[in-house]
Amino acid sequence: MSRRAFDPLWLVLGLITGGYLLFWLGLLGSAAVHSSPGDLWRALHSREIRYAIGLSLWTCTLTGLLSLLLAVPVGYLLARGRFPGRALLDAALDIPIVLPPMVVGLCLLIFFQTLVGQLIERVIPFTYTIAGVVLAQFVIGAAFAVRTMRGTFEELSARPEDVALTLGCTRTRAIWLVTLPAARRGMVAAASIAWARSLGEFGPILVFAGATRMKTEVLPTSVWLELSVGNLEAAIAVSMVMVVLAIVVLASVRLMGERL
Amino acid sequence: MIRLDQVAWRAGAFALENISFTVPTGSYGVLMGHTGGGKTSLLEIICGLRRPTAGSVWLGEREVTHLAPGERGLGYVPQDGALFPTLTVREQLGFALRVRRRPAREIAHRVAELAVPLGITALLDRRPAGLSGGERQRVALGRALAARPRVLLLDEPLSALDDDTREPLAELLHRIQRESAVTVLHVTHHLSEATRLADLLFRLQAGRVTETTPTLQP
Repeated sequence: MSRRAFDPLWLVLGLITGGYLLFWLGLLGSAAVHSSPGDLWRALHSREIRYAIGLSLWTCTLTGLLSLLLAVPVGYLLARGRFPGRALLDAALDIPIVLPPMVVGLCLLIFFQTLVGQLIERVIPFTYTIAGVVLAQFVIGAAFAVRTMRGTFEELSARPEDVALTLGCTRTRAIWLVTLPAARRGMVAAASIAWARSLGEFGPILVFAGATRMKTEVLPTSVWLELSVGNLEAAIAVSMVMVVLAIVVLASVRLMGERL
Repeated sequence: MIRLDQVAWRAGAFALENISFTVPTGSYGVLMGHTGGGKTSLLEIICGLRRPTAGSVWLGEREVTHLAPGERGLGYVPQDGALFPTLTVREQLGFALRVRRRPAREIAHRVAELAVPLGITALLDRRPAGLSGGERQRVALGRALAARPRVLLLDEPLSALDDDTREPLAELLHRIQRESAVTVLHVTHHLSEATRLADLLFRLQAGRVTETTPTLQP
């Protein structure tokens, strides 16, 4: 049996990929060696940092779930709907992805100064509150989740859903019984992308929810606060906590997704 | 009975016009035509998945043109089977009855009753990913027949199969149609398949349907 001739293109592609990976590992490694286990220990024992870890974890999880709730219907509409203005809607939903994050925060801040915003604030106060942290994370995280769900539904054949209609289902029931179970890995991916994006979210939270310790301080805010007082060791230690959290949570979610 | 009366449908430059034909109750009708000629679209119009721009669709004595697909009392087997990817064979066969909220015992009985003649009893706990082409088509056929439809629509059910699988499945289709007296409309572009099974043969050409004699002479 003859072996296929080696194509040098694969070597070039491997070198490019390896170089990129090394660059990333180098960045993480240099940050890791700059910090000591003692710095990490002190960071983990700080009441403020522990609060920020807790707030980051639960707000990101809530944002991931809320993003999924929005992304499933919107992603389905974009993937399967045929209506005038679809391309325009598709482009409009990408705006939070391309806007500078600070501008998103500024837009949120200004919106809640308007009459409608003030009325909403009377029911749920968002500006400079934890609800504001979640909203700021959601505005950007949801856009990424919508992209993911749209791709998921586009990859799934519409035919099984059509067959379910002929077998007596309404469209809603066909989606519930046939399409959503088939899209479950995409749903896990969409929620985890929104979660991961929210964990690193900083600009909109700083502008819209503020950086008050023990109130609206999430992990990226902690890094910024520690840097602003010249405490580089603590900033790096908090960054390492974020890296570890992200790796553990995303690896667990991916493992869970593969078992589904 | 399946009856189409002056049905028209248009999508961009493609059009079906003045489509009229009847498959009498209990007959096996085969519709032939070139790939891309609109055969699948015509089946989807009968199913209710596409709305005709003109004309009417009748199943038995009932006009179903404006009814939802699930209210038409038909079974549909698409070209690739289109099995539900996450359900086991058992769940696929019981799907139509589950949707109708039939008791679990009745569903289990019907699944067992269908699985024997289709030869899929050993596959009941498998999912579609591990099934061969012939097995998938048998499951799709069983799923379509579960609620005892009066009409069965088959879209190229044998086209993707190899020679060894095609003939037994053709025999199975013939036997099931005779035993259940279901009215069948089977779409294909293979003349040998059409003459093997058809009581009535129709040709779809240039957007129109004509009835011909089911012989091997084209």
